[in-house]
Amino acid sequence: MSKNNNKQNTDRQASLLKACTRHRLFIPIAFLAFLLLINVFINPGFLSISLGKDSGGNPVLIGNLINIINNATELVILAIGMTLVTASSRGQDISVGATVAIVGGVIMRVLCGSETQPTQLHASIIVALLLGCLAGVACGAFNGILVSKFNIQPMVATLILFTAGRSIGSMAMGGLKPKAPSSFGYYGNFFPGFPIPTPIIITIIVVAITYLILKKTNLGLYTKAVGINDKSSSLNGLNPTLIKFLTFVILGLCVGIAGFVQASRVQTVNPYTIVPSIEMDVILAVALGGNSLGGGKFNMVGSIIGAYTIQTLTSMLTTLNVNTNAVPVFKAVIIIVLVAIQTPIVKSFFSNKVKISKLTASDGKERV
Amino acid sequence: MLNLNKTQSTDGIEVVQNKMRRKLALTDTAFLLTITITLFVAIYALSIVFLGDKGFNKIQMFFNLFNENAALMVIACGLSIVMITGSIDISVGGSTALICTSCIVCLNNYGFNFTTSLMLALAIGIVFGAFQGFLIAYLEMQPFIVTLAGMFLGRGLVALIEVNQIQVSNPGFEKMSGARILIPFLGDYNKRGKFIQSKLEYGVIVALLIVCIVYWVLKKTKIGRSFYAVGGNAQSALMLGINVKRTKFYAHLLCGLLAGIGGFLYLFHTRSGSVQQATGLEMDAIAASIIGGTLLTGGVGNIFGTLFGVLASGIVLLVVTAIGSQDPWWSQITRAGMLCFFIVLQSVICSRKKK
Repeated sequence: MSKNNNKQNTDRQASLLKACTRHRLFIPIAFLAFLLLINVFINPGFLSISLGKDSGGNPVLIGNLINIINNATELVILAIGMTLVTASSRGQDISVGATVAIVGGVIMRVLCGSETQPTQLHASIIVALLLGCLAGVACGAFNGILVSKFNIQPMVATLILFTAGRSIGSMAMGGLKPKAPSSFGYYGNFFPGFPIPTPIIITIIVVAITYLILKKTNLGLYTKAVGINDKSSSLNGLNPTLIKFLTFVILGLCVGIAGFVQASRVQTVNPYTIVPSIEMDVILAVALGGNSLGGGKFNMVGSIIGAYTIQTLTSMLTTLNVNTNAVPVFKAVIIIVLVAIQTPIVKSFFSNKVKISKLTASDGKERV
Repeated sequence: MLNLNKTQSTDGIEVVQNKMRRKLALTDTAFLLTITITLFVAIYALSIVFLGDKGFNKIQMFFNLFNENAALMVIACGLSIVMITGSIDISVGGSTALICTSCIVCLNNYGFNFTTSLMLALAIGIVFGAFQGFLIAYLEMQPFIVTLAGMFLGRGLVALIEVNQIQVSNPGFEKMSGARILIPFLGDYNKRGKFIQSKLEYGVIVALLIVCIVYWVLKKTKIGRSFYAVGGNAQSALMLGINVKRTKFYAHLLCGLLAGIGGFLYLFHTRSGSVQQATGLEMDAIAASIIGGTLLTGGVGNIFGTLFGVLASGIVLLVVTAIGSQDPWWSQITRAGMLCFFIVLQSVICSRKKK
């Protein structure tokens, strides 16, 4: 009797484990936990958060976790837009890094005019934010028109801005490298007297708005429908062209916000080196979140967790003294492995193998 | 091939249909090719007229166009093959940077000579091509993701090998790469009125030779024709008995090999290596293919078009630098604008054809 019970228990546990591993969020969460474990192993005090004081004497939160969540802001915001673009257009936008450079250039030009060391801002920060978002939306609209109206593969269409973006950003600043007054830096660092980094607040706001939009409107459903089959969705009364265009515009808006945060972090922008190879990180975050890069269904929570995972990986590699230029090697390997696991051929290969091994195992039991 | 001809001759209607279809495809390619050649000739003529004082009226300028772009020609040929097969490869810039840096390290520190470093370059190219080809063809992964990872892998490996910019300091190699061919009877008079013969690098001869070989492969060999068939319609190529996966694999392998040769030519020309080297080379190569009339959707393309695409974008860059030398950003923006124009033109032509 007890043996039978035990067996049932183990069976139930096994099925629970299976359900866990089958869940869409399993890979990102497991990978994040794995990375955090390694980090704790390297540095036992990794998870501690303390309240310290910055150079101005204001209270600020200090800790590795806070740093990771803070630095992941751009990645999370871009991953939200990229998830929608991936789902609707079955391709990725590789121009996000270059468009962040454009947005950064526009914001610096608006705030500093043509001075290199302005003592006060030339325009209010809200105006700069709005113009930056406008620049981002314009870039998104450009990509969106090429993809939706001219039916060009997204990655080829965005190759145009990928090439030109950083140069356009440099042109927007007139070739200068201005440094904005420190009051602009509140949005990328801390508001005086407020201990939580502002980018974290911005992330929370953006995520909340995304949640509301996906919950209250049909955008998510329509995006999935267009991504799964745009012909049948157009037969059902949707307009695939408009929805693809809209996802690119939303990504453009995300780029605008991310560019604003990034420009505010150090109050200066070098268009040629700002957010290097972030497009890779964003695509990696989307893939890691359990989203198919071939479009269709998407999982926004997965993408956001994926973004934090990538940032954890980056900061871990930095702590291990890996050269910043060499970090892409590890990410490239991970992206290849992750995408390879997702392909139907590998999946069917593994599931067949599991079945075969199960069969042979049960055969063996019976024989004994 | 023989069997194909027989079936065509037995079915008269099909022959006519095939001919019509071929004519249609040809007119599109010919149209794009004509645009490219006209563009090249027009820009060159205009620049001779208006920018003659900035060196455009010298014959050496014409040869420099080839000297500067020899590596790009070879790499663009590889990309044309991949694009004709309906795939894409954006890792060529990264693999070129990797080839340059690793060859220089081996030449300087491990006593490599010309031949062994060429072997190393080819090996790196083939490994990149074979690995990516395997992932794309047999695991059916998206070419763009795979080669994007390849691009970052190549550049990242460069940083692992050597972070700083390095130069070749191998006397034998330097002597070989410094060698030039003097063109008989062609040349310019310098300021003192002395006649200087035009110089051409040996790499250009190799590049032009490779362009001809690739043209022959694509037009006359079985594998070359199956590249077109797979790119045109993979399903019907499969029905015809073509091994689609193997064809795709070969296309990427060939692209990797050509990227290896191109990377070596790049090293032969520049004699230096760095992490940021050859940034945007993949973009230039894709742009050259597109400008030369290779369709992004696959199945249509001409290697001589690619050659003229390289020359056209090369002359545009020269003109841009001659006009607005103050602002460094114009060259990239012009390139992107040209690419945009041709991509949109292609898309319009394609959609018109469908109707």
